[in-house]
Amino acid sequence: MGKSYFDETHCAIGHPKSTFMQWMLTVDHKRIGIMYAVVMFTFFFVAVAAALTMRFELFSPGQQYIEAQTFNQAFTLHGVIMIFMFIIPGIPAVFGNIVMPLMIGAKDVSFPRLNWFTFWLYIFGCIVALTSLFNFNISEGEVLFKFADTGWTFYAPYSLNTDTNVITTLVAGFILGMASILTGLNFLVTIHRLRAPGMEFFKMPLFVWGIYATAWIQLLATPVVGITLVLAILEKYFGIGIFDPSKGGDPVLFQHLFWIYSHPAVYLMILPAFGIMSEIIPAFSRREIFGYRTIALSSASIAGIGYLVWGHHLYTSGMSDTAKVIFSFLTFFVAIPTGIKFYDWIATMYKGKIILATPMLWALGTIITFAVGGLTGVTIAMVGADIHLQDTYYTIAHFHYAMLGGVVFLLFAGMHYWFPLVFGKMYNETHAKIAFALNFIGFNVLWFPMFIAGYMGMPRRYFDYLPEFQIYHQISFIGALIFVTGLIYMFTVLIRATKNGKPCGPNPWNATTLEWHLPSSPPPLENHTKVPYVDFRPYEYHHGQPVVKFDENMRRID
Amino acid sequence: MAHDSHDAHDSHVYVPEIAVDREGKEHVVQGWQGDYEGGKLGFWLFMLTEVMMFGAMFLALTYYYTLHQQDFLIASASLNRWLGGFNTVVLLFSALTMGLGLLKMRHGDVKGAKLMIWTTILLALVFLGVKAVEWTAEYHHGIFLGLDALQSGNEHSKPFGQILFFGMYFTMTGLHGFHIIIGIGLMLWLLKRINAQKVTPDHNILHFNIALYWDLVHLIWVFVFPYFYMIGAGDIAGGVVHGH
Repeated sequence: MGKSYFDETHCAIGHPKSTFMQWMLTVDHKRIGIMYAVVMFTFFFVAVAAALTMRFELFSPGQQYIEAQTFNQAFTLHGVIMIFMFIIPGIPAVFGNIVMPLMIGAKDVSFPRLNWFTFWLYIFGCIVALTSLFNFNISEGEVLFKFADTGWTFYAPYSLNTDTNVITTLVAGFILGMASILTGLNFLVTIHRLRAPGMEFFKMPLFVWGIYATAWIQLLATPVVGITLVLAILEKYFGIGIFDPSKGGDPVLFQHLFWIYSHPAVYLMILPAFGIMSEIIPAFSRREIFGYRTIALSSASIAGIGYLVWGHHLYTSGMSDTAKVIFSFLTFFVAIPTGIKFYDWIATMYKGKIILATPMLWALGTIITFAVGGLTGVTIAMVGADIHLQDTYYTIAHFHYAMLGGVVFLLFAGMHYWFPLVFGKMYNETHAKIAFALNFIGFNVLWFPMFIAGYMGMPRRYFDYLPEFQIYHQISFIGALIFVTGLIYMFTVLIRATKNGKPCGPNPWNATTLEWHLPSSPPPLENHTKVPYVDFRPYEYHHGQPVVKFDENMRRID
Repeated sequence: MAHDSHDAHDSHVYVPEIAVDREGKEHVVQGWQGDYEGGKLGFWLFMLTEVMMFGAMFLALTYYYTLHQQDFLIASASLNRWLGGFNTVVLLFSALTMGLGLLKMRHGDVKGAKLMIWTTILLALVFLGVKAVEWTAEYHHGIFLGLDALQSGNEHSKPFGQILFFGMYFTMTGLHGFHIIIGIGLMLWLLKRINAQKVTPDHNILHFNIALYWDLVHLIWVFVFPYFYMIGAGDIAGGVVHGH
């Protein structure tokens, strides 16, 4: 049994002896990916706690546990953490780091030290965001909860006027954006430069395609929101006037600049998730993926078209009717490549030998939840319907079906799929499946009633509501409890498995892509000891068996 | 207990690996170590992010120009074109010295390259100095972020369009100046690396990328200058007192 990347590492600075410092200074992409996961999921649970607090408050009309102002801060905290600290680094930071280099046969990313620096930039951004939580009044001995109350979108002019700690949150957003840009840059160069010999673009695994398309969005869209946040900071500090109507500035311009990034950002989140789906479906259907090229190119075209649809967030903000119609049309257009992917996945399963392992369950569950999330998205892309539904729970439900039921579910699917790769151990499948069932049921009970409540006019972000909406909030509350139980259950199963799981060898799923052909399990420090020549497609199965086989020097022997 | 492979890490000596295909042909595996093309590509991509950042500000500027054309022209006329124009020449000349420095480095003239980098730093400092003179003059004319003229609703208030023009002027020239300062820092670092023989005629990716950065900095100025200084009417000396 050789040494794995848990036993040895390369460091950015020096050669520390302590294990702790070796983790802090590591440049190994696998370790960095794990550290991202740990920090991200910690914040994830903080944001879940904020959401649960809101659910408690909304259990019945009127005030229960928290004040209206605290409620505003709670949903801002929930949004800021979930968006900027959890889902934007998200799948690229975790699995883009851990798996992508393995999939293309690289020893690491192109700039390992930049990767290390990026991780710490991300941590720094998180710390800045945390400092905006409280104001300490030393002389009075007070601690005031002063987190921003603007919602995660920081719309001007309110964000310019509120006395909460908006500026620190904006700075944090900028820093986290920088980290995201540098991650994307690193991955783009890695994918362009470090693919194994013979691996053309159309021989890359589809997860790599997803990461590639995402990286372009990270690179080209994030600077726009970065500078928008800087302009908002300058506006608040120096009064440059750009978003301030009292000086002739236009607050709607803030919305445009904000959504030029923040809409592509949801594709930035979902594209690598679709990539995970495209890995899992063929592996557990034991069939070559249907329409490889269409899936690869649809990722690219979603990234491209997704750049041009931001205006659908502004139907109610004041925009010319012509612009509304154009944005509406372009938004429908995004659904086409997404639909192509869905049909490709379903066609892959047709006549396949489907194995209902945990990752596959998560993937199949996502086909349902994301279909709901995606199609309801098309309904609110219609200008007329959106005027009614824009600021209601309908949009909240749509967003969570698409992001939680799409991105995060697939992140969980990926966690179950690559867990044995990362740790060399297998979790208890029975428990993991029960956890999936709890999550899936809880999720739907939690969010489906919101579609109805929203359609009937329940406004979003409200602290209080009319008694007729109580039943929906109460069903949601029950769903939330089931869902949180499922989440805790799932993480318990996985964390226990890191200690007690059975060793499972390098390729427990009998999958075909290169990350499953490593010399040992868990992988050694510099990944493949021998790099294969790639003259095969990523998912070649014949009669349910992988076609491509390698000898110990990674030369093909079939 | 972990161990470090000291040699591989420290010296960056990289022996390329070979992948063998089914016909027995050998293919060189590209590693991340010493990947000159990769380093170039990475920095070009980073330049794209800078373009997007300033692009968004130009977008905002253009939008407000269409709303307040007359105010923009008047405000622009009040800027000092002698100083702005002088700075443009200084910056273009510094781009030349930076480029010559890279050429000298590539041809093995390390001493000449260092001289050129020092010249570039000097020119960058001249640029910042002129900038400081300009901003000071504007401050003394009552035009600066936070002063009454750029606030709304008082007797000194400028019209909306001029407030926006000057707000964007200070923001964009300020952020550009910030890039100049970063550039000076990068060049000093580069000199240190050259002295430490980490940057050599055969291993000049850092020099190449900093030269690329400097080109972008002057390129942005080439757009900033006409947009702020040259769209207005009035004589060439400008000056905020004589605003129409």
